[in-house]
Amino acid sequence: MALFDVSGYKSHAGLRGQILGTGVGHLVDRPNQEFAVPVGVDPSGFLKSCSREGGVSIDLNHGTTTLAFKFRHGVIVAVDSRASAGSYIASKEANKVIEINPYLLGTMSGSAADCQYWERLLAKECRLYKLRNKQRISVSAASKLLCNMMLGYRGMGLSMGSMIVGWDNKGPGLYYVDDNATRLSGRMFSTGCGSSYAYGVMDSGYREDMTVEEAYELGRRGITHATHRDAYSGGVVNLYHMQEDGWIKVCKEDVSELIHRYRKGMF
Amino acid sequence: FLLTAIMFAQVYGDNGKMKEYHYSGPVEHRFSPYSFNGGTVLAVAGEDFAIVASDTRLSEGYSIHSRDSPKCYKLTNTTVIGCSGFHGDCLTLTKIIDARLKMYKHSNNKSMTSGAIAAMLSTILYGRRFFPYYVYNIIGGLDEEGKGAVYSFDPVGSYQRDTYKAGGSASAMLQPLLDNQIGFKNMEGVQHLPLNQEKAVQLVKDVFISAAERDVYTGDALRICIVTKEGIKEETVPLRKD
Repeated sequence: MALFDVSGYKSHAGLRGQILGTGVGHLVDRPNQEFAVPVGVDPSGFLKSCSREGGVSIDLNHGTTTLAFKFRHGVIVAVDSRASAGSYIASKEANKVIEINPYLLGTMSGSAADCQYWERLLAKECRLYKLRNKQRISVSAASKLLCNMMLGYRGMGLSMGSMIVGWDNKGPGLYYVDDNATRLSGRMFSTGCGSSYAYGVMDSGYREDMTVEEAYELGRRGITHATHRDAYSGGVVNLYHMQEDGWIKVCKEDVSELIHRYRKGMF
Repeated sequence: FLLTAIMFAQVYGDNGKMKEYHYSGPVEHRFSPYSFNGGTVLAVAGEDFAIVASDTRLSEGYSIHSRDSPKCYKLTNTTVIGCSGFHGDCLTLTKIIDARLKMYKHSNNKSMTSGAIAAMLSTILYGRRFFPYYVYNIIGGLDEEGKGAVYSFDPVGSYQRDTYKAGGSASAMLQPLLDNQIGFKNMEGVQHLPLNQEKAVQLVKDVFISAAERDVYTGDALRICIVTKEGIKEETVPLRKD
């Protein structure tokens, strides 16, 4: 059936047939996802070549600032919430942090669809790991899984800059993973088009022995100043704190109110 | 001196007037698998209802192919999807969604919830990440608790739940208006009244009338689908035909 073939369901015939003997007639959600690719064209350049012809303009949701840093009392994660499609702001309240489990967070920057899809897949793999091994996956292993997924599609035009933040047996963990399959462990990262501004603010205010409130304020300021200067970042600041017994969501504040608070007297 | 003379002749032409500057060499034309068929879709979620509305004009370039081609498709008793963009991909995508809904119903003996349909659509769209469906989707329906839910998508499957969303050719005109009227943005000292069904339907009609005034691809008629726990009611309202 033509529609059946293209709809993406594959009957898991092989292994089940061997174990149970006779024919299956039982549909299971596909174990291996296949991606449709345009014939004879380089996939990464294909979309660009189609755009702007005869009114066609396929704009995908993009753009961000995210930051994360380790300090004495855990890891702070702060993200903005703007999703832009070309020059149109498609969403002012996009959710750029995926809560994989109570001890693991993933941030998203770059192409929204790529980040959402691959990080949801990562969440699925983390859950399967826990079921198979009876213990939670380490931050190092989770980031490695995501990195290997990106390696499989390297050069095909995916765009994803993500930070995997967690707390496992080795203590707080912070890894940066991107679409080139770069994977780095570190104390402080910022991703997205507003990252340079966030780095400036973080570097000037960071101390390892900050109090928790000072760290929250540093995270908020980093994002606020980045959204102030970067056109593709904005909306609200979503702030998370990764502690030993899991993450907590600290606050969600509008950037325009924050910038007025910080620059009182300048306007 | 000769070079200057040649350049002068190329820029200014024979009669001394400046020539129209345009590229006049070989240009590569290639077959484009996409085409833009216009149309606007809108969805609003209320306390116990959801509204999905679309215009019914199908255009291509300077022509109108049809004045009666609505872009809302009923999926289940509690979910409606609006698709605008390239009509060919809209039709194929809705066929695939219908097929997957039937498969789910036969395997699991229940209908898919709105949230589940949204998650499924995200993976269907991402399966074509390298050759996308040129469709802007908005799903409107009731969630498991009976509250209104709207899910908006980009062409490759990134999605989120909203209270209201406009998609399609006039989306950039409608979205700020909805931000103001439903989200109460950019208004000071206003009481935040919750939206009831009658006001929401009237707002949708007004908003589409405005869109038809200023967007060439929107007009002819407006199809409104109102989703409540009693079922899905459809209403058609005429719009400007020019």
